[in-house]
Amino acid sequence: MVNEVKSRPTGKLDSKVPAGKLEEKWTNHKFKLKLVNPANKRKYSIIVIGTGLAGASAAASLAELGYQVKAFCFQDSARRAHSIAAQGGINAAKNYQNDGDSVYRLFYDTIKGGDYRAREANVYRLAELSMNIIDQCVAQGVPFAREYGGLLDNRSFGGAQVSRTFYARGQTGQQLLLGAYSALMRQVGLKTVEMFPRHEMLDVVIVEGRARGIITRNMITGEIEPHIGDALLLCTGGYSNAYFLSTNAKGSNVTAIWRAYKKGAFFANPCFTQIHPTCIPVTGHYQSKLTLMSESLRNDGRVWVSKIPADKRKPDQIPEEERDYFLERKYPSFGNLVPRDVASRNAKEQVDTGKGVGERMNAVYLDFADAIKRLGIQDIKEKYGNLFDMYKRITDEDPYKVPMRIYPAVHYTMGGLWVDYNLMTTIPGLYALGECNFSDHGANRLGASALMQGLADGYFVIPYTIGGYLADLKRDKVDENHPAFKEAAGNVKESVKKLLSIKGKKTVDELHRELGQVMWDNVGMGRNEKDLKEAISRIKEIREDFWKNVKVLGENEELNQSLEKAGRVADFLELGELIAKDALHRKESCGGHFREEYQTEENEAKRDDENFAYVAAWEFKGDNAEPELHKEELVFENVQLTQRSYK
Amino acid sequence: MNLHLKVWRQKNKNSQGRFVNYEAKDISTDTSFLEMLDVVNEDLIKKDEDPIAFDHDCREGICGSCGMYINGRAHGPQKGGATCQLHMRSFKDGDTIVIEPWRAKAFPVIKDLVVDRSAFDRIMAAGGFISVNTGGAPDANALPISKEEQESAMDAAACIGCGACVAACKNASAMLFVSAKVAHLARLPQGKPEREKRVMAMVAQMEEEGFGACTNTEACSAECPKEIPMDVIAQLRREYFRAFVKSEEKV
Ligand SMILES: Cc1cc2nc3c(=O)[nH]c(=O)nc-3n(C[C@H](O)[C@H](O)[C@H](O)COP(=O)(O)OP(=O)(O)OC[C@H]3O[C@@H](n4cnc5c(N)ncnc54)[C@H](O)[C@@H]3O)c2cc1C
Ligand code: SF4
Ligand code: FES
Repeated sequence: MVNEVKSRPTGKLDSKVPAGKLEEKWTNHKFKLKLVNPANKRKYSIIVIGTGLAGASAAASLAELGYQVKAFCFQDSARRAHSIAAQGGINAAKNYQNDGDSVYRLFYDTIKGGDYRAREANVYRLAELSMNIIDQCVAQGVPFAREYGGLLDNRSFGGAQVSRTFYARGQTGQQLLLGAYSALMRQVGLKTVEMFPRHEMLDVVIVEGRARGIITRNMITGEIEPHIGDALLLCTGGYSNAYFLSTNAKGSNVTAIWRAYKKGAFFANPCFTQIHPTCIPVTGHYQSKLTLMSESLRNDGRVWVSKIPADKRKPDQIPEEERDYFLERKYPSFGNLVPRDVASRNAKEQVDTGKGVGERMNAVYLDFADAIKRLGIQDIKEKYGNLFDMYKRITDEDPYKVPMRIYPAVHYTMGGLWVDYNLMTTIPGLYALGECNFSDHGANRLGASALMQGLADGYFVIPYTIGGYLADLKRDKVDENHPAFKEAAGNVKESVKKLLSIKGKKTVDELHRELGQVMWDNVGMGRNEKDLKEAISRIKEIREDFWKNVKVLGENEELNQSLEKAGRVADFLELGELIAKDALHRKESCGGHFREEYQTEENEAKRDDENFAYVAAWEFKGDNAEPELHKEELVFENVQLTQRSYK
Repeated sequence: MNLHLKVWRQKNKNSQGRFVNYEAKDISTDTSFLEMLDVVNEDLIKKDEDPIAFDHDCREGICGSCGMYINGRAHGPQKGGATCQLHMRSFKDGDTIVIEPWRAKAFPVIKDLVVDRSAFDRIMAAGGFISVNTGGAPDANALPISKEEQESAMDAAACIGCGACVAACKNASAMLFVSAKVAHLARLPQGKPEREKRVMAMVAQMEEEGFGACTNTEACSAECPKEIPMDVIAQLRREYFRAFVKSEEKV
């Protein structure tokens, strides 16, 4: 039973956090890391899976250093990785605004925002490196917004009292990724990176305890190919699509890290998912994804519902005194600007009590009427014009005239592969960077911090830490005829064959939607023991159904999008169960993980630092065995743990 | 609403393609164009027929994956949006919708509506960058850049690399795509040191890939989902001329 999962103290988990003062750890560590002689670097080959911010920046930087790099992505071009869709911005502790920002403050905000479930040393390093990122990106030609005097402009984001977010219109992710992509393509031109688009990684190959390569499927020809390397970086993004509907791109998936998990890499805090409060609600059963509306809208929009449940009146017919501005009412000092998790839970509560708005009663209003009155329509247009246009394009409603309808949606996953300070997983030679690792955001990520983390990992952490590993590597010749490669390739071929041979009655999307519904209802914004246990058994049933009843047409030797999806959904169906188990075992509320049994009298998340100030790292023990829980105790030497309050 | 679809089906790059008729039934006007195709595909799978292959990912108009030629127009009837941002309310009940892949020699069809746009990546690898290695960049505020310069660079940098410009052009020219990158970098001081080399290399690669010549029909900019303006093409020509004169001087 899940509840009796055996746990043992840190044991197998060595975070490798360097000793010494917080501010000196990274500098000292860099100095102590062994270096690979420049002339030797080209003898090492490094495999990078994923070309989002983390992967593209890592691949380019390692190639610049002289390593031979092979980079993979499933899209038709490296430039299309999901990072491209980030809108709002990227944080950096530049203190250009002279408003009191500092590395320490960014560190502190991130640790607190994460509800004290992240590792201090990693977060501090992230805050330090944030400065270099902005410099690097500007040198590459990223057109960040500027002020009239020609210096860089900043905006504010949730969870911070300083203005430290750099942005490029509403397309910050796009511009940062195109910067990293152009650096990557430069190396492709120089032939130091070999690029494999439309290739999906389907397994990790381990030889004598070390990661030595991967098995990929060429998505056009269906060829199952081995690739050999001296180290392997997974930069494959988040797994929000386990919920079917999310703000992530349709292709975002867990396959790469899931297969690594099944080969022995520990999976940390899988239940830490972030649900973003301001997304456009579902309109019908055909819905394929949800669109995010930037959180900046909450600066001027007022959130409300009618006080009367199932009120069918149009919003302009509901008089002021019959409206409930529930965030302003409950949180007078933060009002509409409470953090993401608080705003999301409150919207859900309104909808659950029958006060949801819109035809499907599945949303709350975000109203700009007062702001338009106060600031004028022109001002609102300048601030939010592109968001209003996007909203109108999707809903056919004009937010200048009627309030927006918004509802929370799954957006980001803080959990991921467990990594040490060097970003290495529990498998030697296997690294995880960007959203697919667990390291920096604890139980809740602050806005504009994911882009920062991806680029810090890729540009500035891995180029140093990988040297420390490679310098000590005893290199034995391994080729594709090694039994480990043969076996892995054989397994991949088998599972492809299996998927194609079931020829059942349900499409992959149908089964994925079923899973998504269970995840959303039972492992979503509010979780409790009963729902979680039910989820675990429901997911098992859906998984069994999948392997009996899925219908995948066509063959392997062609472009086969159903087959691609089927493989990913098969993994989500296993991951979903682990998410639920992790959520069940964590008997506290923290950040995005809200256990209804553990709340304060005012219905806020109640942490249990005594018993749960640890990273839960799960070890795969076999398809029919319970995963084993390992704990990395979190030690806070610099910040004091406090209960968050936004009243 | 109900719609008649005529969709280009082609098994692979070597086979002959043809139009196949499908009926899309009971489609809500709130459905996006790609969701309408999802519905059709679910039906096809249920009937044991191969679903229609098309590229897509973000479904919010930013990744540049999607791209279809819809009723004779790249990304369909709307202005300033990608195929994934098109909604069915742009059509009428009973409409016939013709859906084709991008058609260009440099973009061979892989399957159905999926084409090979790797030529764009090769053009980028030839010169679409500023040659700075990681590390050693000066402080970001050390080099002030006027708001106008930055805004005009951003206008050009907004390109999503979808290829609609090529598909819309009767010559299948890639000028708008290439010019957008040349202009983005040439408009910033950081991009100036390599400007000659960059434009020469990118144009040479563009020609090698088999894209057609630009005759200024402006169809590209009219159909571009990011409304990249024609002035980037004028800028490419200036940059090219400048680079050409310089290289002659050296000889
Ligand atoms: C709508 C939206 C808006 C956002 N806005 C912001 C923001 O304003 N600020 C912020 O800081 N963060 C934002 N985020 C979060 C942020 O964008 C992501 O966390 C971040 O970009 C992830 O980058 P990554 O490099 O880790 O992964 P990704 O960019 O997701 O890249 C994953 C890569 O892995 C590849 N891949 C995956 N699996 C495989 C496989 N099996 N085989 C081969 N290749 C594979 C993919 O092809 C891709 O190249 C936003 C997220 C969303 C959804
Ligand atoms: S210029 Fe416009 S049409 Fe051409 S690739 Fe870029 S975004 Fe697409
Ligand atoms: S799917 Fe990304 S632009 Fe259309």
